[in-house]
Amino acid sequence: MTPTTSTAPALTDPAATDSAVQPHVTADGRQIGGVLMDMRNITLRFGGVVAIKDISFDIREGEIRAIIGPNGAGKSSMMNVMSGFYVPQEGEVWFRGQRRPQMKPYEVARLGIARTFQNIALFDGMSVLDNIMTGRLTMMKSSLLEQALWWGRAEREETWHREKVEKIIDFLEIQNIRKTPVGRLPYGLKKRVELARALAAEPKLLMLDEPMAGMNVEEKEDMSRFILDVNDEFGTTIALIEHDMGVVMDLSDRVVVMDYGRKIGDGTPDQIRSNQQVIDAYLGVAHD
Amino acid sequence: MTALAEPQVDLRSIPALLARNAARMGGRPAYREKEFGIWQSWTWAQTLEETRALAIGFLALGLNRGDHVALIGRNRPAHYWAMVAAQMCGAVPVPLYQDAAAAEMSYVLTHSGARFVVCGDQEQVDKVIEAEEDDHTVQQIIYTDKRGMRKYDHARMNWLADVQAEGRAARQRYEAELDARIAELTYDSTCVMLYTSGTTGKPKGVVLSNRNIIETARNSSSFDGLRADDDVLAYLPMAWVGDFIFSVGQATWTGFCVNCPEGPHTMMTDLREIGPTYFFAPPRVFEGQLTNVMIRMEDAGRFKKWLFDHYMRLARRIGPALLDGKPVGLVDRLRYGLGNLLVYGPLKNTLGYSRIRVGYTAGEAIGPEIFDFYRSLGINLKQLYGQTEASVFITQQPDGQVRSDTVGVPSPGVEVRIAENGEVYYRGPGTFVEYFKNADSTRSTKDDQGWVATGDAGFFEPGSGHLRIIDRAKDVGKMADGSLFAPKYVENKLKFFPNILEAVVFGAGRDHCTAFINIDLTAVGNWAERNNIAYSSYQELAGHPQVYATIRKHVEEVNASVAQDPMLSGCQIHRFLILHKELDADDGEMTRTRKVKRGVISEKFADLIAAMYDGRDSIRTETEVTYEDGRKGVLKATVRIEDARTFPAVHHKMAAE
Repeated sequence: MTPTTSTAPALTDPAATDSAVQPHVTADGRQIGGVLMDMRNITLRFGGVVAIKDISFDIREGEIRAIIGPNGAGKSSMMNVMSGFYVPQEGEVWFRGQRRPQMKPYEVARLGIARTFQNIALFDGMSVLDNIMTGRLTMMKSSLLEQALWWGRAEREETWHREKVEKIIDFLEIQNIRKTPVGRLPYGLKKRVELARALAAEPKLLMLDEPMAGMNVEEKEDMSRFILDVNDEFGTTIALIEHDMGVVMDLSDRVVVMDYGRKIGDGTPDQIRSNQQVIDAYLGVAHD
Repeated sequence: MTALAEPQVDLRSIPALLARNAARMGGRPAYREKEFGIWQSWTWAQTLEETRALAIGFLALGLNRGDHVALIGRNRPAHYWAMVAAQMCGAVPVPLYQDAAAAEMSYVLTHSGARFVVCGDQEQVDKVIEAEEDDHTVQQIIYTDKRGMRKYDHARMNWLADVQAEGRAARQRYEAELDARIAELTYDSTCVMLYTSGTTGKPKGVVLSNRNIIETARNSSSFDGLRADDDVLAYLPMAWVGDFIFSVGQATWTGFCVNCPEGPHTMMTDLREIGPTYFFAPPRVFEGQLTNVMIRMEDAGRFKKWLFDHYMRLARRIGPALLDGKPVGLVDRLRYGLGNLLVYGPLKNTLGYSRIRVGYTAGEAIGPEIFDFYRSLGINLKQLYGQTEASVFITQQPDGQVRSDTVGVPSPGVEVRIAENGEVYYRGPGTFVEYFKNADSTRSTKDDQGWVATGDAGFFEPGSGHLRIIDRAKDVGKMADGSLFAPKYVENKLKFFPNILEAVVFGAGRDHCTAFINIDLTAVGNWAERNNIAYSSYQELAGHPQVYATIRKHVEEVNASVAQDPMLSGCQIHRFLILHKELDADDGEMTRTRKVKRGVISEKFADLIAAMYDGRDSIRTETEVTYEDGRKGVLKATVRIEDARTFPAVHHKMAAE
């Protein structure tokens, strides 16, 4: 169905125009560009279990793209395929007009993809500042020796990275916990620190795995505001998995709905709301 | 260093003082702000340049003489510059409380007719837009923080840095005009307009002239010997008169440095880093810090705890005497010196009080234990009594004559008298010009000779000549049997317990007193954690039987102490309840400076008050609450009412019965 040639046809790739969405400017003034990531006919199996069955969708530059679905629908698996952590048995991942070969996670990070995790994965004993600094690791060039001596290039480099990190700290309003060890923070703040670390990598694509799980209403509102601000200020493309339907519908430009490893809906929040299959999946109609 | 005598003719406005500072001490720091983790600083010369650039930018945007420029934001150098820039243009700065909801803001914007509004960030811009949806007076919105502002319609909106850039570019065109407007400012020009929070009714705009601010700044600076090398931390609301006097009046008069914290939550860290030499805080800040110290000492090892307790006993005994310069034995001095090395010094350093020469607290009564704690460490903490209409200072305590139960002697240049009904009146150089567009209120507050009624009842202590404040004059009443009812007197005693954040006592015209209690979530929460008491909300913790038992003990202690006072023994609390919600300014129950609004509370919780007097043990109630963003919700709760033991009066009241 899709061309499998390895020579990159870049953005003129016919498959990229599959989607009805063309580059445009949203009502609130954000630029939605061309296709940033294109998932083509992804199938992922664990032994006999089919986690993802022939799913295709794309993510456009500058948009907030949500993946929703009931528990066990395969959302997190999909995110792991996107991040290169899982390798699908069938299908291709195209990123910025190029077919992405099998990659190590750090190589994916260098491509400009950063993520947060459903279960927080921070260094508990380290301060917030140091945790966020680790997000810049892929961009540090000085050698181990230079860093140990903290001299010349290493010093200049750290100052520069620290400045970037401080801007993110300011942006996410966590100045007051800059020096606090992460282990001492409440859950909601840890989530924010994780977002900060992902942002520190200056990603093109930011993937958020249930950024609001376990949060109260106020924390959810704060997090929503930060996600919108990140998208708006830095123009970062965001892919997010979320359970809270209200949040998803308010935040995202387009939504993919998954159920039992299949895609059952794809479109704007309004289209999704009126999609019978989606309604059935959420109301729990029996599957055949 | 800058012991200046009478203000010269050309130093009769804040812009003139700023120019003087830039000329005389241009290289000294005027403002600091922590941003991106580093303290950035601006000298007086740079401050003058920044402020003038902003002022010319204002002129280019069409700011007229006599316009009002509202300002809503946290303490930042740019916001102080904006106020002075407005003055340079002949306009009047009107700082507002940044936590005010859109509805409150709407009233003030309309009342002042502000044409320009300077907002700290997007949140404040949103509020201003909402506040003046119906009534358009604002023609320019200027914001300091660019974040999130890209999508807004900028037809009448500008980034503050852009306004400054425009000002720099338009210098040739407007400089002469600006200098002319600055030269027009006199001692009688309006310096600032501040809206009083008002425990009753609508806020009133207090107009303060350059004379008010500059004379007050001069008098109070020399009273405490403030110098150009002092440092203050500007963290209290900019809408509050105290911040204006300290961070603008006294700062430009003496030339000391104003330090702005990084954000609202970093105040304690920034305090420690700056180590101010001149510091002001309402009692709740000192209470909060002491509570934190005590909580952390509970967690300390046994040796450390012993060391702390031992030396704090010593400090309580001789610390205040040392501070007041009274004779203390050599051995005690040596022991205190050792204590300073081991305990007091490190503790003061942790709190950020190592360098304090002058500290003030005001606004509410401070608990004697709290007050003595800080003084015993060698921190020169004093009390003052003031209000917006007086440009802060009415009375204050001179060094060496400091006590927790008085508010000091009249400030330099201020006269104070007590009326026949016990109300305190004052007049002085700081006495306000008028309430804006409210001649009736001006007349009823300030008489022809310039005497202003404070609304507080008090008396001068025979002997020391210090003023003591009893209560709000209108709150002092009579109980059913005719005995004196002074709710604040009892409330303050209650609030001195760390577990009690707020208390409201009722009893005017009744046969006995009752009270609402608000617990302090920090202190009680810590206690609960220590005792393995699980709770999921404020409401649940407040209703916990053991919390009730603790509070009852506190209430009974207060009763015992009130019984000692023959005049007020009728004010003992017979029944009390712990409120299911914290009293909050957003719900209109308190003013923005956290003073209880009795009228609102007795109306809103009428059902609870009725239940306390008809003998019920508990009552089911529903309360409307307002969230920070202005939305409303309903809180449902069953509130228990408990009896407290009362004590026979020492004499007098028994005879009356």
